[in-house]
Amino acid sequence: MKRHAFWLTSACALATAAPAFAADIDYKAYGDYAQYGSAPDVPGACSYEAIDAKDYSGKTLRVITHAVPVIGEPTDLHAKQFQALTGAQVDVVHIPFGDLYQRLMIPFQTRQAAYDVMFYPSLWIGDVQNYLQPVPAAYQEVPGMKEVTQNYRDVATWGDQMIQYPVDGDRHYLKYRSDIFDNPEYQQRFKAETGQDLRVPRTWEEYNAVAKFFTGWDWGKDGRGQFGSAEVTKRDDLMFSAFISRAAAYTKNPNVKGGYFFKLDTMEPQINNPGFVKALEMFIDAQKAFPPGGTNFGLGDEIFSFGGGQSLMSYSWDDAFIQAQEASSPIRNKVAAAPLPGSTQVWNRDTNAWDTFETPNAPPYITWGWTSAVSKASKNQDMAFDFLCFFSNEANTQLDLQIGRFGVNPYRTTHFDPAFWQEKLGWDANTAKTYVDTLSGMDQSNNRVFDLRVPGVNQFMSTLANGIAEAMAGQRTPQEALDGVAAQWKEIVDRIGADRVREAYANVVALEDRGR
Amino acid sequence: MQQREFRLYKLAFLLPGLLILLAIILFPLLFTIRVSLSGWDAIVPGLDWAGVRNYAGVFADARFWQSLGRLSLMAVGTVLIQYVLGFALALLVWRDIRFRRLWRVLFLIPMMTTPVIMSVIWRTIFHESLGPANDLLGFIGLGPYPWLTSAGWAVASVMLVEIWQWTPFMFLLLLAGLISLPREPFLAAAIDGAGPIRTFFNVTFPLLAPVSIGAIIIRLIEASKLMETVYVLTSGGPGTATETTGYYIYIRGLRDFQIGYAAALSITYLVIMIVLLTIVAKLLVRVFVGGKTA
Repeated sequence: MKRHAFWLTSACALATAAPAFAADIDYKAYGDYAQYGSAPDVPGACSYEAIDAKDYSGKTLRVITHAVPVIGEPTDLHAKQFQALTGAQVDVVHIPFGDLYQRLMIPFQTRQAAYDVMFYPSLWIGDVQNYLQPVPAAYQEVPGMKEVTQNYRDVATWGDQMIQYPVDGDRHYLKYRSDIFDNPEYQQRFKAETGQDLRVPRTWEEYNAVAKFFTGWDWGKDGRGQFGSAEVTKRDDLMFSAFISRAAAYTKNPNVKGGYFFKLDTMEPQINNPGFVKALEMFIDAQKAFPPGGTNFGLGDEIFSFGGGQSLMSYSWDDAFIQAQEASSPIRNKVAAAPLPGSTQVWNRDTNAWDTFETPNAPPYITWGWTSAVSKASKNQDMAFDFLCFFSNEANTQLDLQIGRFGVNPYRTTHFDPAFWQEKLGWDANTAKTYVDTLSGMDQSNNRVFDLRVPGVNQFMSTLANGIAEAMAGQRTPQEALDGVAAQWKEIVDRIGADRVREAYANVVALEDRGR
Repeated sequence: MQQREFRLYKLAFLLPGLLILLAIILFPLLFTIRVSLSGWDAIVPGLDWAGVRNYAGVFADARFWQSLGRLSLMAVGTVLIQYVLGFALALLVWRDIRFRRLWRVLFLIPMMTTPVIMSVIWRTIFHESLGPANDLLGFIGLGPYPWLTSAGWAVASVMLVEIWQWTPFMFLLLLAGLISLPREPFLAAAIDGAGPIRTFFNVTFPLLAPVSIGAIIIRLIEASKLMETVYVLTSGGPGTATETTGYYIYIRGLRDFQIGYAAALSITYLVIMIVLLTIVAKLLVRVFVGGKTA
């Protein structure tokens, strides 16, 4: 009875004309989701139809996830659906970001099977990998999984095993106001004042220069002054990722293998090399183009500054772009995406000199995003993988991608179709094309940067954030601050064990050096 | 009943309460001490034996000591201002003024709000682009001010929120003290022709000294745990300008998951606080009572 009720309330109409699709799925029965329409239930092991055939009555699935809405809301939604389809009891626990790590780690370390399914940031893989059940081969063969792009397969992989279940794709890229860059009046004005053509920045030097030019005057013509750049700068609020985005251009030399954050063979930190120092100097310089309060911007502030039309450019996760493209946004379809700026000067740690590149070096930063996994200690592993498989089936993913606050971003080949964004969300052609081209272009790169996916990653990153914050606040010079970070990284490596960190870091270096 | 039997009888009644007290107070403390002697972190699960390694680390941890210095400044500063303001407000509504009950309730409202929620609201108020603080000051030709992005202003902002939230607590205790004061000394002062200022310094203030000492000590204990406001408003920034000890321990323990080290930081901090607050209490007695009682 329960399942029949579900099928009725979820407005699934049998698609008699298209036998490949059993029904159209929508979320109307679960909340205010009517505007997102429906998506076809693609047949396969993860489809609504296939999951409906499973019977988990009397079993309980325990899920830990982030607070609502980002990833927490889709977890809730799909848990209710899964419960209705299979008869299982699905208990979802929502945890704020700051507490999520310890709420995962303590049960792992004390060998309690507290949760069957976990949603968490993918960069913690080095800490949690011993506690995760590898994704079974059968689930790696489902059509949706085969469409996951190489970058996100890599993010989910440890050594040669897929141990995280991909449910989201994240990366940092540049977002900018295309209407302003295309404005002839501003182009002339920029040329007159700087002697340069106004173009989408290809280097961080250009980024800072353009950002400074567009700071403190009313180029948005709304009666208020606007600013050049909104960046995530608040210490302990993901600022380290913003810095890595900037530093990649100066430090990820395509001709140098064997480690980006550390020299793999010696485990010598590279975080204070001239490339990173230069990146920090540029980060500090960019403060001149920040909105008031911009040196204390968390991710939420960055999203609303760019998405609300206060800033010309921004770079980080998808959220600010999606915010700008919301139906009520004053800058809807006035934005575009581009790869992160690069640098023509790239530090070569092998030669201890700067290499010059004619085409700016612009490594994509495949930054961490939301991922999921099944606990090795779970007694319901089949049900847990079925849940994740269902969570990320084609119909759910297609709908989840449209709901910006869900935090689910493109990670499958099928998501990189401009027509999807135009038809489903009403984006104009240029916005959709630059978005899709930028995102899919990162999958073509042979010079990728990944997070420091090693045990104790949070210790490394909070130390880094503290050093950057000190330099940004003028408490220390960039070199002093990063020397301090390097010294602390050495201590952390010594404490954890150089071999242990090296063994884990080798997985990251393998991804970066292997290219594609 | 024999004396010995009576004592056993009393002990039997007291024992359950004592055991609960031990469980509630002592066990967490003893467990924290044990954790502080372990290397429990993201890599080493559970309670191994690290000896005093964590404590050696604490003594060499400049960031911890700097945060302690910062905390002391902020705690003493906010509590002194709270005391002055709380005393003034208490004196105001102690007298017969119109709407006295309303004022008493109004003055208590900030204390009744949830600190984290209010910190979020204050963060919005201080937001330099969107918040009303700069807009309102702009109407009278002041600002804009870098509330959260300049070291000095950020410290002042954190202190302002603390003062706003906890002055009512000081007000409440001092008002209760004022209401309970005997009337005779005031009548005697009036008969002797003392004016309001002399009455305050020679009668009210000395009579209220025990309450003042208690209120200041309680607030100092609370203020020394300053964390939520920093967490929400500044994350300890800009740089490390507003990083308090509580926030630093939070970062080390729950963000970095250095549980053993964070426990050592906590125990060290507890010992320092006990010593400092004991000294402060003695000093306060000397200042308020002039060493007549101790």
